[in-house]
Amino acid sequence: MPKYLAKVKVMLKKGILDVQGKTVENSLRTLGFDTISNIRIGKYITFEIEAESLEKANYVANTATDKLLYNPNIETYSYEVDEILEEK
Amino acid sequence: MKFAVVIFPGSNCDHDAYYALKHNLGFEVTFLWHKDTTIPNDIDCIILPGGFSYGDYLRAGAIARFSPIMREVISFAKRGGLVLGICNGFQILTESQLLPGALLKNYSLKFVCKDVFLKVINNNSPFTSFMKVGDVLRIPIAHFEGNYYADEYIIKQLEDNEQIVFQYCDEFGKVTEDANPNGSLKNIAAIVNKNRNVLGMMPHPERYCDPILGGTDGKLVFMSIVNFLNKI
Repeated sequence: MPKYLAKVKVMLKKGILDVQGKTVENSLRTLGFDTISNIRIGKYITFEIEAESLEKANYVANTATDKLLYNPNIETYSYEVDEILEEK
Repeated sequence: MKFAVVIFPGSNCDHDAYYALKHNLGFEVTFLWHKDTTIPNDIDCIILPGGFSYGDYLRAGAIARFSPIMREVISFAKRGGLVLGICNGFQILTESQLLPGALLKNYSLKFVCKDVFLKVINNNSPFTSFMKVGDVLRIPIAHFEGNYYADEYIIKQLEDNEQIVFQYCDEFGKVTEDANPNGSLKNIAAIVNKNRNVLGMMPHPERYCDPILGGTDGKLVFMSIVNFLNKI
């Protein structure tokens, strides 16, 4: 069965103060990066899926993310799924 | 009348809650294990204790929410059973959608461990039935993610339905920005669900049930529960 690689990005919703991002931003500014602003820190999650088709793999990635990987109250997510091509 | 305290992997206030209920207050209490798939019929109130269930991996409470016992706790709550979530227990309740909103990292980005003052905003709940509105309690907090957040619509609902139970305040009962230890919207320290049988609070009442530990205001929460149960 083909294997797929899912890459899920979870970010805090716009408008929710990202205190971690703010602190990192302050640090970078202290280091002289005064052109940097609006740092947001999120999560990047990857996993492999065995599925018959890309469509089915997408479905699994989507439902898994919906069910556990993100919290709709405070976060948004996007994801990509690509087939893992075996080296021959 | 009987309490049950759930133990998740990483819970660390489970024994404190058990001790306070049994030895400081003299109530009947038992433990439930995260893998349990039933709740004994004689349980009146379930406590989700503080700690770091599943290491707070992914999000605090996110994984505990899917442990076998939580299926039972959710149906217990839907049947009207009393559920009290303390600290990590509050986080599990929001992740389980038994309570609205979420708990973000503290505004200071620091783990805050200290006594705070709580103002009783309403006593129309089993968890505050033994208190008067406006009473000020002194109870400790110990958390990194206690910054209560919900969108405007939910906050309005919480206010309209009188679901805000405790607010962080100063020692005189004034709800001020300075008295807010973690950045919670509206200084929210505890909320109850619409049906008023599920309460989540960041402060630890079980830690202030014994004078030797520095305070006894926490007893009022558990005495309220028993007061409520005695009346029905």
